Formats: sequence, C-alpha cells, structure tokens
Amino acid sequence: MNRIDQKFKELRHKRKKAFIAYLTAGDPDLMTTKELVHALEGQGVDIIELGVPFSDPLADGLTIQAASQRALKNNVTPRKILNLVKQIRETSCIPIALMTYYNPVFHFDEIRFVQMAAQSGVDGLIIPDLPPEEAIDLIRASKKHHMSNIFFLAPTSSLSRMKTIIDASSGFVYFVSVAGVTGERRTVAADVLKKVKQAKSLTTKPVCLGFGLSQPQQIKKAAQVADGVIVGSAIVNQIIKNANQEDLVSKVSRFVRTLTCELD
Amino acid sequence: MAIPDRKGHFAEFGGRYVPETLMFLLNDLEQQYKLLKNDPTFKQEFQSLLKDYAGRPTRLYYAQRLSQYLKTLKVYLKREDLLHTGAHKINNTLGQILIAKRMGKKRIIAETGAGQHGVATATASALFGLECEVYMGAEDVKRQALNVYRMQLLGAKVISVQSGSQTLKDAMNEAIRDWVTNVDNTFYMIGSVAGPHPYPLIVRDFQAVIGREAKKQFLALEQSLPDYLLACVGGGSNALGLFHAFFKDKTTKMIGVEAAGLGLSTHHHAAPLAVSEVGVLHGSKSHVMQTPSGQIRIAHSIAAGLDYPGVGPEHAYYQKIGRAEYVFVSDHEAIEGLKLLSETEGIIPAMETSHAIAYLSKLARTLKRKRTVIVCLSGRGDKDVDAIKELL
Repeated sequence: MNRIDQKFKELRHKRKKAFIAYLTAGDPDLMTTKELVHALEGQGVDIIELGVPFSDPLADGLTIQAASQRALKNNVTPRKILNLVKQIRETSCIPIALMTYYNPVFHFDEIRFVQMAAQSGVDGLIIPDLPPEEAIDLIRASKKHHMSNIFFLAPTSSLSRMKTIIDASSGFVYFVSVAGVTGERRTVAADVLKKVKQAKSLTTKPVCLGFGLSQPQQIKKAAQVADGVIVGSAIVNQIIKNANQEDLVSKVSRFVRTLTCELD
Repeated sequence: MAIPDRKGHFAEFGGRYVPETLMFLLNDLEQQYKLLKNDPTFKQEFQSLLKDYAGRPTRLYYAQRLSQYLKTLKVYLKREDLLHTGAHKINNTLGQILIAKRMGKKRIIAETGAGQHGVATATASALFGLECEVYMGAEDVKRQALNVYRMQLLGAKVISVQSGSQTLKDAMNEAIRDWVTNVDNTFYMIGSVAGPHPYPLIVRDFQAVIGREAKKQFLALEQSLPDYLLACVGGGSNALGLFHAFFKDKTTKMIGVEAAGLGLSTHHHAAPLAVSEVGVLHGSKSHVMQTPSGQIRIAHSIAAGLDYPGVGPEHAYYQKIGRAEYVFVSDHEAIEGLKLLSETEGIIPAMETSHAIAYLSKLARTLKRKRTVIVCLSGRGDKDVDAIKELL
C-alpha cells in the first residue's frame, strides 16, 4: 500500500473527501514549489499533483501552458523534479503524483523512470495522453514499484471503456469534469455528477473529479459525489498573480484554504 | 500481419496517444471508416469528386529537358500540382469531408502549415456547406499570406496561433485542444499521415490514389516499373501516397526527402528521420525531434509545409524495415531545386516539392547508367512566389 492508498483509507475512515492540489514544478522556481508543497500540506491539502512541464501540453488550457513554459525557461527537467521530490520526502509524507505527458517519460525510458520516481518518493503517475491500451509496460513496471497509475475517465467514455479504465487504474481514477482542456470554469454540469456516480457504482477505487474546479461551491458540489476534487489552474493563477512577491507562499496558501475548508 | 494492426500500430510506431475524451470519437471514426471504405455509394461519391471536381487522374509527365540536364535520370513528374487548389491535399479532404458528413458533423477544423491543407479543407467545407476553422501558426500566417486570404475567401476562419514556435506543431496543438472541447459537433480533418489511429491509415488510403495512378501510367509508357520514387516528407502524406501502391515492388526504390533547413548539425532543420529519435507527438509514436529531457524541438524549414518536428509513423516503419530510404536537402538546395524545375520545364514547384526536385541532382550524380524515376510533384509554387522574391 503506497501513500496514496493509505491516504484514501484514512479519509474513508474519517468520512472525508480528498483535496488534491496541482502545482507545476519549477513555476516560478523549484525552491518555491518545495515551499508550496509544505505550506499546502498544512492547509488541508491531502495529495499533491506535481506537474512535470512538457513543451506541447495538449490537454492543458492557457494557464497551465504558460506555467509549463515558465518552468521550462527555468531549465526544469524530469531529473531535477525527481530530486525535488527526494528533498520534499526528507520532511513530508504527503502523497505525490507526477502529472506529465508521455513523451518525457518515454524518452527517459519508462521502466527506468518508474523505478527512479519510486526511489525518489513519488507515489503515482498521471499521464493524460497515455490511455491504458498503450500503457502495458508502464503498468507492469509500476506494479513492481508500488506506483499508482491514475487513468482518466471523461464524460464521453462509454460503459465498457469505463470498466477498462477503472480496471487499469490504481490509487484513484481521475474523472474529467468537462470535454475540454484544463482551466477555471464557474459550474459543474449535473450530468457529469451523474456520470461520476455511475463510475463509482462500478468500483471501490476512489474516483476524483478535476478540470475546471475553482469555486468553493463547485468543490462542495463535486465532493458530494466524488471521493476527491482536483484543483489546478485556480492555484496556478494565484501563483502567477503573486509572482515576485515575498509572501507568495502565504498568499497562495490562504487562497487554497478557502477551497479546502469546503471539505472540512 | 496487417499494417497497421488493429490498434493502429506500424510495428512499434503509430498507436493512439490522446486524452480520454477523444477515445470514443476515434473508435467511432474507425468503425465508420471501416464501413464506408467498402460502401459502394461512398466509393462512387468519392471517385466522382476526385474526377469531376478535383481533376483526377493527374498526368504523369515526362520531363524531357530536366532529364537531359540530369543525364542519368529519366524523370517523370506526377502532376498533383495540377489538381484543384494546387496540391495533393485535396485528395484527402474530399475523402474526409464525406466521412464527416456521414457522421453528422457540422463543423470542420484543421491545422495547416503552408496553408495547402487549410485551403483544401476550406474548399471541401465550402463545397458541402460546412462551417470551417483553420489553425495556422502566426509565423506561417505571415509567410503564406496568399493562402490565408484564399481560405478567407472560401468562407473559412483562420485562427493565428501565437504559442510556441508559431508554426505547424503549435497549430496542431491548438486544433487538438479545440477538438477535445467541441468533440460533439466537430470533425478534425488531419492533413497528413500523422495523428492518432485511424488518421495515418485514412489519410494514406485517400492519398494512395497517387501511386496507383502513377504505377498504371508508368507501366503503359515504359512497360516496366520505375527504378526510383521520390517525394518530399514533412508529415509525409504525398510521399506515402506515391509509395504505398509500390510497397511490394521491391525493385522500385523509394526515397523520401526531408528538410535539412540550415543543416542537421544546427537543430534548425525538420528531419526527424535523419536524427532518428523515437517519441510521441500529436497522438502517435514515431520519430520526433527532441531535447535530451524529452521536450519537442522547434523545427525549421524554408518550406512551411515541412516545418514540423515529427513525421508519420508509417514512414518510421518503412525506414526501420529498410523499404524506403530517407535523405535530406537544405533550404539553400531547395531553392536551387525550385529554380531548376522552373527553368528547365516551365513549372514552378512549391517550396516543399522543391526539396524532392533538388535531390534529383544529387541522385543523378551517383548513377552510372540511366535510371527512371517518378517524382511526386505535390504542389505548385504560386503561394511561395512572394517569399522567394525576397530571398533571391
């Protein structure tokens, strides 16, 4: 059982829902990312989704595209991010899943990547352009190293695909709340929540909802059905808004607290 | 084993690397295409569009003065440049628009580099009365201004893409993002033998008419098969279109010409097969230009239609099994190619096609006795005249 599984077990016991916060590693710099991880852990964040920037993030909207570009300008690489996780692990046990695209992982050599990520203290991998069909080797390597493979469900997934994806997933299943790319939106469609319910009826694995969540009332609504919520662009927007300010970390933490309190 | 296999793999290449939202649609497209492919009504409709609207079959023209100049090569030009809209791209868009219509899609989107696929998409959309939006890198909007205006005249909206290298790669990123967002009503018309399965297969099938015609025409003229096939390769649709019908004719050598830009040692090129690194870009696994940490490199070529860091997976496969050879030609050499064909035959080729023409001179020098070659004259150069005028 890795840290993600352990966390969901604890939450289930407390009848609580998971708050998963996304950060692009290296935006604005790796040091700040590390400070943010520690600070967010103290604000009720249960799991960190750490973005490994890619030059062509085709599932991401403008906010995370820009964050990826900023991180790449800082010469952030997968290797440096694994080192960062290693440093975070010296003082924190917060579950960490890496979110990236398949090319950086494939280029690194996926088997070696899984091995090194596990050694660094990473608990899960989220790769939006890698469907389970193309992930056979990655899943095999992940099992060996107790690494979770978090696959995506979309509003467009058929029932049979839902089953395939749920079967392949470990840690949790990532339900995409909209047909579209990442980025803040104001509402959550009712039929998406119905779909999440349907997915949950098929499995005991946690199903978490992400993409577009930024408002407290969205989070409240999503958490009524899903086992967790994932917030990304809203946090990244706070980081860019407060970039170059000394109190960036505390400002972002305060913002995140206004969201996590919906799950208390 | 069938190539591609059931999951769209050309050995280790190809496949389907896309966000989950698109998976149902790709499955649907694959099923629809399987049905349509053998549907007599579809076949007839497609054939008559190619014949009456696009102007097929295109001529196989013996380039006598060019052959005299080259000495060791007897050159035949497959005149795709004479098709409606001025390039081979229309073969594919007429096929795809029929699929879109059958799937009940109301909105067409496309990416374009040189603008030839954009124009061909806008043309097909106008012909069928469908809404059309074309993504084009801001850099390409500048260097292919004529094609931008043509698309607008055809009623399409051209969206200038500001991100990244502002060329074809980024146009394709934006088109995919649009597609994920509007998956219900939108059909994505991919212009090359790239993208997730089944696109490389569909585009190859629609372009394969080039090689089928050329083979028949060549046999009638020469009573034999050609020694060489030659075509430029960006994504690689005109090349695969020419090559595919000759796949089993082992005596015919296939040569794909990539863009070496400012030179292979500079990274300012568009020759992923020459640098030989495997990666995943825009939905399939193939050769991809990338940095040591797996970021996609920005390609460079004087020809906007070749200015792409990836290549269709079937070309990676052809290279791997040794069925085709891939070579490269620099910006400078391509300009010489353009001048050569213009001056010897009175045909101004597109900057992309000029890469294939330029390689003829190199090939001719290696030959001891007379050989025959078919060059895919994939597009005409009208669109490039302004840009070339500035260079010469």
